[in-house]
Amino acid sequence: MSADTRVNAVPATASEGLVMGKDGMAALVDVLVRRGFTVIGPTARDGAIVLAELRSADELPYGWGVELEAGRYRLRERSDGAAFANAAGPQSWKSFLHPSRVREWSADRVEGELVLTPDRDAPPRYAFLGVRPCDLRAIAVQDRVLTGGAYRDPGYTGRRSGALLIVVECTEPGATCFCVSMGTGPAAGPGHDLVMTEVVDADGHRFWIRSGSEEGAEILAELPARPAGPETREKARADVTAAADRMGRTMPEADLRELMAGTLDAPRWDDVAGRCLTCGNCTMVCPTCFCTTTEDVTDLTGDHAERWRLWDSCFDLDFSQLHGGPVRASARSRYRQWMTHKLGTWYDQFGSSGCVGCGRCIVWCPVGIDITEEAAALHDWTRSGVTAAEPEEG
Amino acid sequence: MTTVPPPLPYRVADAWDETADTRSIELVPAGEALAPFSPGQFAMIYAFGIGEVPVSASALRGRHGGLVHTVRAVGAVSTALYRLRPGDSVGLGGPYGTGWDLEAAAGHDVLVVAGGIGLAPLRPVVHTVLDRPAEYGRLAVLVGARTPADLVYQDEIESWRGPARVEATVDRPGPGWQGAVGVVTTLLDRLDLRPEGTCALLCGPEVMMRHTARDLLARGLVPHRIQVSLERNMHCATGHCGHCQLGPLLLCRDGPVVGYDRVADLLLVREL
Repeated sequence: MSADTRVNAVPATASEGLVMGKDGMAALVDVLVRRGFTVIGPTARDGAIVLAELRSADELPYGWGVELEAGRYRLRERSDGAAFANAAGPQSWKSFLHPSRVREWSADRVEGELVLTPDRDAPPRYAFLGVRPCDLRAIAVQDRVLTGGAYRDPGYTGRRSGALLIVVECTEPGATCFCVSMGTGPAAGPGHDLVMTEVVDADGHRFWIRSGSEEGAEILAELPARPAGPETREKARADVTAAADRMGRTMPEADLRELMAGTLDAPRWDDVAGRCLTCGNCTMVCPTCFCTTTEDVTDLTGDHAERWRLWDSCFDLDFSQLHGGPVRASARSRYRQWMTHKLGTWYDQFGSSGCVGCGRCIVWCPVGIDITEEAAALHDWTRSGVTAAEPEEG
Repeated sequence: MTTVPPPLPYRVADAWDETADTRSIELVPAGEALAPFSPGQFAMIYAFGIGEVPVSASALRGRHGGLVHTVRAVGAVSTALYRLRPGDSVGLGGPYGTGWDLEAAAGHDVLVVAGGIGLAPLRPVVHTVLDRPAEYGRLAVLVGARTPADLVYQDEIESWRGPARVEATVDRPGPGWQGAVGVVTTLLDRLDLRPEGTCALLCGPEVMMRHTARDLLARGLVPHRIQVSLERNMHCATGHCGHCQLGPLLLCRDGPVVGYDRVADLLLVREL
């Protein structure tokens, strides 16, 4: 990862922006609802910060932080009352843009003729409030997968094209975060409509807010905000810069794509396979994992059928099923597929890394497998002087 | 860029047995037609209410002017397709994937090596080369099957003899089998191969393609003059479902036909 691809400092071109208090946040949600958006944002529920539809800014997780470690997630109260001082929760925005279950089309037998009808339900118009810079990048990664090739996924395109993205920069990274290594945060990259930085200090609890699109500017003009003074701007920038220095995890300093391609026969895969339960949690919480399977159903008449698409996981044995059996039968091969795809072959297939450094796969792994630790172990192996064995002949 | 469409309704114009567990179906559009297929490209065929499977076209123009696909009854969907009769309807999507690079074969001897139903995606190549003999050198077709009864397109293969060199082998011969016995690579010895002027197209089980490619390389063919058609689980054919990965490749998009130079190393990695 070269330094110039990192987004760990606020770009110098950022406008001076406006500043608003919690009343401004309340007004923002009201304006979005009035404009017809389905507002999705973080809220503390069931012992976690989840993404849910917000009716008002009161539902934001004011005063809630999180404690993250491999295989561990705990809410903890914060004395400063901050709403966004918490790193990635169990969900990501893909739950809304690329939902776990969608109907693609229906088929009907009408007087012996087959009639195929694409699903044309109008998508909701989402406003995503509180998108983290790593997750903003994850959305861009899924954009390339689902709309950037020869074929465009129609459902994703509909949900994505209407979505308003409101980013909140990261000032409180978790112990499992490594966005700096992946060049995705903690400052916001491009592609948002509005971007905020939350500041809490002796001068009060406030949000430095800038627009990134015409629609964002229109919304900003409706908010009770005033020009941001240099104190707020400098404090916000300093908090984001400090966050870059407080990453809980780092990836090894190596070309990860080459590292993955060159370690397919490393003994470390057997080591991780001894711990991996192949449960697929990492693929469910990953904001870029996109794999799906299909399900065909018929109704009781037998003349109406539907094609549904469901999230799938490369950890599932059925995933690589080919007449006779799965191509990837061992846990070793399935973990290797996931990790080498995420960090390596994703570049070949879609032109970027598939990992944004959010750390969710580390947190939600029931046995605490840590992708940065596995990458480091592979990197160590390449430097240990053990030459790679000749490829096996099958 | 196009938006993924649902399949188009097609009607079964004809259906016939190839072997005990394999049938061919000829499909004609019920309304709008798909874009023309190239040899080696595949369709997603939808059996009503049951599901979709990828199937390469085994002839681009059948007796009724339709697309011909050959299916072996192995799973729920392929069994449903196997049971189709004239007049039945299916959904059809495509053409998907890369076809055989016949431009690269122009002016070269064409060597077709097929294992079992792997002859299906190669049959349009044979048709093309036989239709345009001036554009290609010699044509040789090597076919392997488990038993003589598992050889597909037997009558048609006989008709290729003359314009093409045709050799068949089986693993287990039955009564009356006069041909070769053993793996398909043994047939290579029978050919007067011109390594520098030959383009080889392979389709069959991966182990068969790997051994054939190895033997061809040993005889002096260069890797990029060997093309293979690879198979993986596919659920969408549009690069979105992630199932058909082979390392850096999405086989629905970068395949199914790929140059052996791109996949030789990948095919040696177990469980990739």
